[in-house]
Amino acid sequence: MTALAEPPVMHEAPPSGTIWRLAEDRSSFAGPTDDRAGGLPDHDLLEVALGPHHPSTHGVFRMDVVLDGEEVVRLKPVFGYLHRNHEKIAEKNSYLAAIPYTDRLDYICSMTNNWAYVMTVEKLTGFQPPERAEYIRVIVGELTRLFNHACLVGFLLQDMGALGTPLMYAFREREKILDLFESLSGARMMCNYMRFGGVRCDLPDGWIEEAKQVVAEFPRFLDEFEALLTGNEILLVRSQGIGVLSKELAVNAGVTGPMLRASGVGYDLRKVDKYSIYPRFNFRIPLGQHGDVFDRYMIRLLEMRESLSILKQALDTIPAGPIVDPKAKQRGLRPKAGEAYGRIEAPKGELGFYVVSDGSPNPYRFRIRPPSLINLTVLEDMCLGHTIADVVIILGSVDIVLGEVDR
Amino acid sequence: MNNLDQIFVYAKYWLLSQLPGGVQSLVSIVLDIIAIIAVFGTCFALTTILERKGLGRIQNRYGPNRVGPCGLLQPMADAIKMLTKEDIVPFAADKVVHYLAPLVLTVPIWLAFSVIPFGREMSAIDLDAGVLFFFAVGGASELAVFMAGWSSRNKYSLVGAMRAIAQMISYEVPLVLATIPVIMLSGSLNLNKIVEAQSGYAFGVAQWNVFTPWGFAGFFLFLIAATAESNRSPFDLPEGESEIIAGFLTEYSGFKYALFFLGEYLGLFAVTALSVTLFLGGWHAPLQVLEFLPSWFCFFVKFAAIIAVFIWVRGTVPRLRFDQLLNFSWRFLVPLTLVNLLVAVVWHFTSLGAGLDQSLRWLISAAMIVPAYVYFGRALSPNRPTRIYQYAE
Repeated sequence: MTALAEPPVMHEAPPSGTIWRLAEDRSSFAGPTDDRAGGLPDHDLLEVALGPHHPSTHGVFRMDVVLDGEEVVRLKPVFGYLHRNHEKIAEKNSYLAAIPYTDRLDYICSMTNNWAYVMTVEKLTGFQPPERAEYIRVIVGELTRLFNHACLVGFLLQDMGALGTPLMYAFREREKILDLFESLSGARMMCNYMRFGGVRCDLPDGWIEEAKQVVAEFPRFLDEFEALLTGNEILLVRSQGIGVLSKELAVNAGVTGPMLRASGVGYDLRKVDKYSIYPRFNFRIPLGQHGDVFDRYMIRLLEMRESLSILKQALDTIPAGPIVDPKAKQRGLRPKAGEAYGRIEAPKGELGFYVVSDGSPNPYRFRIRPPSLINLTVLEDMCLGHTIADVVIILGSVDIVLGEVDR
Repeated sequence: MNNLDQIFVYAKYWLLSQLPGGVQSLVSIVLDIIAIIAVFGTCFALTTILERKGLGRIQNRYGPNRVGPCGLLQPMADAIKMLTKEDIVPFAADKVVHYLAPLVLTVPIWLAFSVIPFGREMSAIDLDAGVLFFFAVGGASELAVFMAGWSSRNKYSLVGAMRAIAQMISYEVPLVLATIPVIMLSGSLNLNKIVEAQSGYAFGVAQWNVFTPWGFAGFFLFLIAATAESNRSPFDLPEGESEIIAGFLTEYSGFKYALFFLGEYLGLFAVTALSVTLFLGGWHAPLQVLEFLPSWFCFFVKFAAIIAVFIWVRGTVPRLRFDQLLNFSWRFLVPLTLVNLLVAVVWHFTSLGAGLDQSLRWLISAAMIVPAYVYFGRALSPNRPTRIYQYAE
């Protein structure tokens, strides 16, 4: 037995230890970060804690903002107020018991959360969902994308000060889709619907027709919404050129989803990974050019139209058949030792689950890649140099759900 | 007809005639005050409920409909709630100023109503400098808002107060400038005289200021400035609830909050009443055939119509950013009101002797105001190409 040759080296704390300082490290990229090179002005600055109980932080999220007048010179996002130990709880529970927990991640899009998780476990176990189950997953997944984006544009305009009208319009459409989910799974929001190798229950009678009707009526909402707001001068001056996220920064920061596509990067897992049965459908990926708030708003509206096209195709061609892989085991599942990373294009971006199995009934390691959190890391870069009113809409355009950010 | 028109005036004189001569002048003043407070207090209650219902309808929902028939007693419920709420004063607040701010906002606003003619022979004071008096007492609201924001010792309040001051001062300028053509052409600051100047009918249609080119432009400029002056959406930045929580109202609760609320609505009513008086002919009926309607009825119909427009706008448009708000005032409204002054001058002098054709006068006026509108509008919002979105397959 040898003694330690030398005491372990104490690493010097990195100068950019906190999350928000990352922005300074990325200062080589073009963006508002560069403006800070001259240092802070010498007159008094106002520090304001936006949140955690602020009407526009979309939950319990805090931004420590340093203001020069109304202009933001520093912004430090503080999250963790909604931390629920999600990953550790999943490691202490059976594989099946983790599904309802995923509902509560991004509590607006429970279906896609379920989907990403069961897909990961399917990779681990090799279960193969039958044809009909894949169709159902695509249909509910795209419905989720529809109402997530509808709510997002509603909330974004609410943040912009349109007193509730766009939001109520969006919620009217959301209700229709939630009714579909309720008749399908028994719950409006916490659906707990997907199972390993398939889905929990088959579509009720007449569900397809109802869904077709909802899909057929949806463009009317989009047209109305666009007619009311997209050309509105106030919306244009408020959102164009605000919160620009460059292509390079977006890629380097790992931003995914509509935010990345608004910056002009054509990256969509439905096309890249070709998971599930997405290659069978014709749809396009809208791309922005400027990466500002307006592009993010428009990309969501355009993506809704593409989702509608997928939904139409899927609802017309859904086959009959079983809904669960007969080999699949739900209760007492003990996958062979191994690991799997499954990811899908959730409405907010790449939602990934990393599950390590040691052969026991509960996962050895359970890790989530939440798109909301990772998209949020570029918040300071987008906000610097803008006013406090812009910070609110930039945050709104990121599309976060705190349940997913804090887990 | 005449009886119905003057019913309130007769009622007042009948009441006064029952009293001994010594107190009549004093009681007359008190009666005026009571009438104004009762009428506009009711208006306030009605507007809050109708605004919420109207917004509800715009937003695909019902609005308040639980209390009383059709929810009409909702203002009572609100008042009881407000009165029974705990009145929280922040520990670090400047307590005296914090206490005084809602009073300083609410009390002077009542004075503004005293000069407005609500019907034939129905203005509390026939003041020769009526318009001036109106803007003078309206100026107190800036002070109140700043008192509220400063004394609360809250950063949101402070930011809200700063916004409010800058906004109110910026929009006071176009508001006053938009009224100047009216004063010039009616030749009086007395609101009764201004209404008088708009009497008479041409081809059965009333000759209101709004039916002249300078009046038409002035009316819309005045309304926009009035929206900002009364902190209404889309210019509700001092309160901008999605940005700075409630602005200068953040630290107010209970009845003080209700007083601010009252003050804001009264400010809105006052400025609406002024716009009716200046541009929409005051209490005159719109058509000669409608002359039989009581004058006060005509006034309040116009008043309600403008309030409805304010509610409609509130339910529709997003909010401006602060620098854009100030730019809009200084680079768009103020130059346009100045051009509008010139239009009024041209209109006035072409009517004297020159005997120009009416349509030619309109053409000249339009040739002055429309290019200015286009030019300043373009300068305000730089040419923004329509964005075209590409698709990746």
